[in-house]
Amino acid sequence: MTRGRSAIATSCLLIQLACRAEIYRAAAQATGGDPDRGAVAIHKYGCDSCHTIPGIRGALAHVGPPLTEIGVRKYVAGQLSNTPDNLQTWIRHPRRVEPHTAMPDTGVTEIDGRDIAAYLYTLR
Amino acid sequence: MQLKTTAAAPGSMNSPLLHSALTPSGPQAVAIAWLWWVMLGTTAAVFVIVLAFLGIAVFRGSRKRDGLVPTRDDSTLTAAVVVSVGVTTFILFVLLAASMWTGRTVAALEAPSAVTISIVGHQWWWEVEYEDAVPSRRVKTANEIHIPIGRPVVFKVTSRDVIHSFWVPNLHGKRDLIPGYTTAIWLQADRPGVYRGQCAEFCGMQHAHMAFQVVAEAEAEFDRWLAAQRASSADGQTESQKHGRAVFLTRQCALCHTIRGTPAFGAVGPDLTHIASRQSIAAGTLPNSRGHLGGWIVDPQAIKPGNRMPPNVLSADDLDDLLEYLDSLK
Repeated sequence: MTRGRSAIATSCLLIQLACRAEIYRAAAQATGGDPDRGAVAIHKYGCDSCHTIPGIRGALAHVGPPLTEIGVRKYVAGQLSNTPDNLQTWIRHPRRVEPHTAMPDTGVTEIDGRDIAAYLYTLR
Repeated sequence: MQLKTTAAAPGSMNSPLLHSALTPSGPQAVAIAWLWWVMLGTTAAVFVIVLAFLGIAVFRGSRKRDGLVPTRDDSTLTAAVVVSVGVTTFILFVLLAASMWTGRTVAALEAPSAVTISIVGHQWWWEVEYEDAVPSRRVKTANEIHIPIGRPVVFKVTSRDVIHSFWVPNLHGKRDLIPGYTTAIWLQADRPGVYRGQCAEFCGMQHAHMAFQVVAEAEAEFDRWLAAQRASSADGQTESQKHGRAVFLTRQCALCHTIRGTPAFGAVGPDLTHIASRQSIAAGTLPNSRGHLGGWIVDPQAIKPGNRMPPNVLSADDLDDLLEYLDSLK
């Protein structure tokens, strides 16, 4: 009985780990960025001071919208379709897309933008 | 600010922040670390010896019960007690001498040419002022202290509210900041680096977020930094910086913060005259990048609940221009 239960628990864990690896791989492929480096860049530029972002320590802010499940959302900034290119444009130059947004241009570099987008696409 | 977040210049947030009493970088910290190793070594040796004797006693006890060892007489027992009391007393006196020697070394740093810095503790940030005989040459800043290497620095510390404690583990021990009473602590850094300091006396809700940095640098670099801090603020070159300055002065910011060179002279929060030259915001809580600064201005209570700064819901354009302006205050 106990052995059966622990076998089920272990397989659930393994399946989850495999899914996580697959999600990370897919996000990296879609953007050309590295999700793990993206998580570091998110704190470097300060995204976490305005957004609630799952998986980023201390990212529980309510200045901008939560980025929970941003990976499956259909629009970015209420106007761009959610493609890797559009998401990176928005991350790097929000005020070019929407001149009156409260989101500042934080000087995100091209590489960091790719990495951040890669991380955000793991949130699904 | 943007450059700073991407380039790993020495002394930037990207260089490792040192925070350990076991990697001493000044004469006093060296003495304190030496004492720590002496104490650790001695007590570890005593621990091993005591356990060894305990092992022997247990082993002999079981043999005695089996009648294999004759019962010891009282004179051996007395001798054993006398020897162990003697050895223990000797060890304690050695440790006493070592800690007195450390105390003397730590206290022996005073020098007439020291840099004098006043520190006022607040819940939960550090007010820093470089003293000078000429009042106009005094410099106020916050949460980031620059010191020259190889030269004694004296910190005069006090508190405006509750008891805090000034502690830079790589450079010295702790010194409490007592409200209404000024104490002094001397220290010296011999190696350049960015040393993390931390309030070491529980002072309320955000005690853990009351950190600071000590940037130890060569004398010439320190002089350049001090001269730059002495200058009053930039006025704002671009249209948006000028508008940002107006936002700062007409919204509530100016009631609590000072920016020298403007009519803003609030003293509730940190002096922001050269905010863009600092590496972190909110007393070492966040890197000083535009994203963090924006989030902090709009909703500081989400980041550091209980601090004195209220939420500031500015229009998006005002916020952006304000960030442009603050970014220009190098």
